[in-house]
Amino acid sequence: MSADPANPRLGWNVLRDVGELVEYHFMVNALLAGAIVAVMSAAVGWVMVLRRQTFAGHTLSMMAFPGASAATLAGLPVAWGYFAFCGAGALIIGRVGGSERRTWSEESASIGTFQAVALAAGFLFVSLYGGVLGDLDSLLFGDVLGISDGQVLVLASVAAASLAVLVVLARPLLFASVDPDVAGARGVPVRALSVVFLAVLGLAVAATSQITGPLLVFALLLMPAASAQTITARPIPSLALTLLFGVGVTWLGLGISYFSVYPAGFFIATISFAGYVLVRAGAALLGVRRARPADPMPVDGVIA
Amino acid sequence: MAATEHERRSGPALELDGAAVRLGGRTVWSDVSMRVGPGEFVALLGANGSGKSTLLKVALGTLALSAGRASVLGRAPGEASRSIGYLPQRRAFDAGTRLRGRDIVRLGLDGDRWGLPVRAPWGRGAARGRAAALRVEAAIAMVGADGYAERSIGECSGGEQQRLLIAQALVGRPELFLLDEPLDSLDLPNQAAVAALVAELCRSTGVAVLLVAHDVNPLLPYLDRVVYLARGRAVEGPVEQVITSETLTALYGLPVEVLKASDGRLVVVGQPEPPAHHHDRHDHSHAHVG
Repeated sequence: MSADPANPRLGWNVLRDVGELVEYHFMVNALLAGAIVAVMSAAVGWVMVLRRQTFAGHTLSMMAFPGASAATLAGLPVAWGYFAFCGAGALIIGRVGGSERRTWSEESASIGTFQAVALAAGFLFVSLYGGVLGDLDSLLFGDVLGISDGQVLVLASVAAASLAVLVVLARPLLFASVDPDVAGARGVPVRALSVVFLAVLGLAVAATSQITGPLLVFALLLMPAASAQTITARPIPSLALTLLFGVGVTWLGLGISYFSVYPAGFFIATISFAGYVLVRAGAALLGVRRARPADPMPVDGVIA
Repeated sequence: MAATEHERRSGPALELDGAAVRLGGRTVWSDVSMRVGPGEFVALLGANGSGKSTLLKVALGTLALSAGRASVLGRAPGEASRSIGYLPQRRAFDAGTRLRGRDIVRLGLDGDRWGLPVRAPWGRGAARGRAAALRVEAAIAMVGADGYAERSIGECSGGEQQRLLIAQALVGRPELFLLDEPLDSLDLPNQAAVAALVAELCRSTGVAVLLVAHDVNPLLPYLDRVVYLARGRAVEGPVEQVITSETLTALYGLPVEVLKASDGRLVVVGQPEPPAHHHDRHDHSHAHVG
């Protein structure tokens, strides 16, 4: 049976629907790229949530917009702009954010100023490009159906490299994330790890931007990890759930959007959000997040 | 108990000789000589800003002396980091930190090793994995944290977190245990309980303890010696010799009176202490920047 991409039909036979999806090269590329990016951003996002660096992640995703518009203005592939700007942004945040021991509010303030300038630059680039830029949508929300074989290859290499870095850094990075003082005392290079992680975060944001666009990066970077960490505090299961959610949400969103007239990014973000709401509601109902219990009284009391 | 049979060195765990530290052009303290012998329980006392945390940083090797000599477990500071357990000054883990107490303890064992903790599920790899799990288990039992080690660390109370962090510091069987104000954020019953726990661990595992404190009273029954820092100088000795009106008056250069309550508690009157309570950390970090 031959399908018509201009007129997809959703039937009751799931196998045939999936078969219709993968009959088109652009859909295969979209599903492949989506899965690669979902795995990468799930793993990076899991660490990001644990490190409480969502604001840095958000700022990097805002960097993706001037990156994409600058690349378009210069006549270069958009992906180059994503990687260049997110990478540079990560290095700048690494210098500005954690140059000395600062409080979170100071750090957020300096990162926030940086974010505003980045968005302003993106706005400028779009204006400079003039009226011919009819494709603002894909600059903001990505262009998952236009992914080429070459892009899939680039995404796969970037993801493999980032995951390799995360695997090598795994334990010291976790240590430095939750307990920087003790980790530093044990000889873990806390500061260097923070810079390397920001660089990996920048790569993950740049890769994710190509699927969801800069504005919806958190659908894959934040929500799977946040949902999984709500479900369990055990590191291995929560990491596995994060990967599962990321890939599941991406494929489901792509699949649904194929049979509908609405863009994939919308479905990916909405399904991701629905999952998060469900998990939080379930956790609230089951009382997973108990109130802090009182300290048990010790055997030897002391007179105050 | 876990580590009683562990072989201990005979030399001092920590030794400073004529040591001085300068931070941002200011001498924090100078001509400080002190030692913590193997298995000893020593308290490091002094007002806020007297340089107690600075002394711990010297022992950890994260801060260099400007004069004098320091040796940690017979080596230069910083070369023995795996043999030191460290409990930094802190408030608490964020309530949303989604890792179990057990995972936090485990980081103390091999959190500084690169790579994932993946081992082959057979042969020597499996045996080593089991041994690591047993040591984590033993450390948790040692501090009495079995009841909440499975809970997310952010959901544990301050006293529970403190016990888990003590387990984290001791799971690697260090020879020197440095604690920075471990009693500071706890209520009185928990202060007494944590002081008793540290003393018991010092005795049972033979680890040498240097504990920074504001208030010596919760520690009085357990201490071998105290080191008192004030006005850039230090006095070292047994509690009854150091915390006296004469010694502290000489140290501060101001009339200071030590009173003894009927229950044995010591009260230092007239000690020129700045009112700030939680700024220790900030003071040091600013000194670093400058």
